[in-house]
Amino acid sequence: MIRWDALSWRFIRVWRRNFVTFRRIWKVNFLTPLFEPVLFIAAFGLGFAGLVGEVRYGGEAFSYPAFLAPALIAAAVMNNAFFETTYASFVRMYYQKTFDAMLATPLSLEEIMVAEIVWSASKAAAAAAIMLGVLSLFGLMAWPQALWVLPLAFLGGIAFGAVGLFFTGIIPTIEMFNLPIFLFITPMFLFSGTFFPVSNLPLWAKPLALSFPLYHLVELCRLAGLGRSETVPLLSVGYLTVFAALFTMLALLFMRRRLIR
Amino acid sequence: MSSRESILEVSALRKIFRGRTAVDGVSFRVAPGECFGLLGPNGAGKTTTIRMLYGFSPPTSGTVRLFGMDLARDWRRIRARIGVCQQENTLDPDLTVEENLLVFAGYFAIGRREARARAAELLEFFALASRARARVMDLSGGMIRRLLLARALVNRPDLLILDEPTTGLDPQSRHQVWDRVEKLKASGLSAVLTTHYMEEAARLCDRLVIIDHGKILVEGRPGELILRHVGPQVVEIGGPDGALREYLQENALPHDDLGERILLYTAGDDGRVAAVRERFCLRRCTFRDATLEDVFLRLTGRELRE
Repeated sequence: MIRWDALSWRFIRVWRRNFVTFRRIWKVNFLTPLFEPVLFIAAFGLGFAGLVGEVRYGGEAFSYPAFLAPALIAAAVMNNAFFETTYASFVRMYYQKTFDAMLATPLSLEEIMVAEIVWSASKAAAAAAIMLGVLSLFGLMAWPQALWVLPLAFLGGIAFGAVGLFFTGIIPTIEMFNLPIFLFITPMFLFSGTFFPVSNLPLWAKPLALSFPLYHLVELCRLAGLGRSETVPLLSVGYLTVFAALFTMLALLFMRRRLIR
Repeated sequence: MSSRESILEVSALRKIFRGRTAVDGVSFRVAPGECFGLLGPNGAGKTTTIRMLYGFSPPTSGTVRLFGMDLARDWRRIRARIGVCQQENTLDPDLTVEENLLVFAGYFAIGRREARARAAELLEFFALASRARARVMDLSGGMIRRLLLARALVNRPDLLILDEPTTGLDPQSRHQVWDRVEKLKASGLSAVLTTHYMEEAARLCDRLVIIDHGKILVEGRPGELILRHVGPQVVEIGGPDGALREYLQENALPHDDLGERILLYTAGDDGRVAAVRERFCLRRCTFRDATLEDVFLRLTGRELRE
């Protein structure tokens, strides 16, 4: 049972709590999005690009680093949001009892959970902004439409944050997050058109890739950063929106079942 | 007591969880300015009851009314007016002492300037002002408990709910917490507290209930309960023999036989008790005033609860 009537703008106060905590450690948190793209572009641009040469994508030829860059942002969005609502939310819920304390105040469970998801999306969007800056320095982003990456990162962040919180609602122990990471995150990272176009996959594997939310985020980020895409953009936005809504509902449902006894 | 006079009204509260009845028809009322205690052994249903009082845990049946409002419907308005000090440490370890209060004040929509003023005042009151910028991780157990109490007061509540406020504290810290709670009580704050320290209950509570297996066994003022269920005095007789046991049986003297020890409950001026003193108290006898602990153990038994 989800109590929609208990959901209000008050969730912003929980978001603020995460923001205040984050400010204490933001310098460390921003190192990853700052240097990760540099490492990837260096490894793939210098080492790997020699093997592949140019990539044909959406009817055009791109250098491998240019092809890869938007996908790096999409993958970072996934990781930031998913790890925030799995490991970090689980620590807040189970070890720090943060939610128990909040539930003695005029906040509802629905507000706390929505705030967790929105926070994870904000963090993902902040990481995307930094990566966008770094990758632009390498000349790998087409401005100004590359700015579309930011709202896309937020939407993708909601989707991956929601699915992460859903796993937090059902997982018995923190060690077991290995399972959704191995079965869900890693295959998505590899097969969502991140490192090679999905059009290169054999016919039977394509529907699988198309069902991955990361695929749609990667494609949308490419549209923003490269000006090319292999999907129908509105369909991809629709898919991510439905995915986000569905898993937000499931997260609220299972977190209520888990916390309210 | 009419319902208009009570700040908290609990009626026929039941909680069944995973097929087990944790709270089984509990009813009580708390008047404004009163400190009300919930006593009971581990697993008696104290914390489950407390969690239903602030709307964390939905009751299976029964109602909770606070400040004349129904908790099921007006939970948000009610929670804005209560302060809850939970049993576990629910502080934010990543934040400083002061930030913990400020962030918590935010949950109640208290403005930043007002929150700062209240935080300063509360840190002073709980002797934490010098640690305002310390990390929660660096605090001692007693400081953590005081900060939890300070945090529960940040919204200036009309009712304070304390779930085992001194469990696990050293005697110095415990006395400091008692001292502060007494000061709050003197200022007119109503409180509900759970504890299994009888000394704490006797000292802080105006009225209390003893619960076991989810049911209220007795209700009353600490002094009354002692007189009603034990009597003013207790004689502890060590190494009792058969003759003593026979004598107690014959004279129908109220007592508990613990094997190695017999507790004899007495009004003090009983001729039969005087006889016990003369005939059986040659070696190991202790004469003392009865305490709430005697009441508690008489009513809930002496078996371990784990």
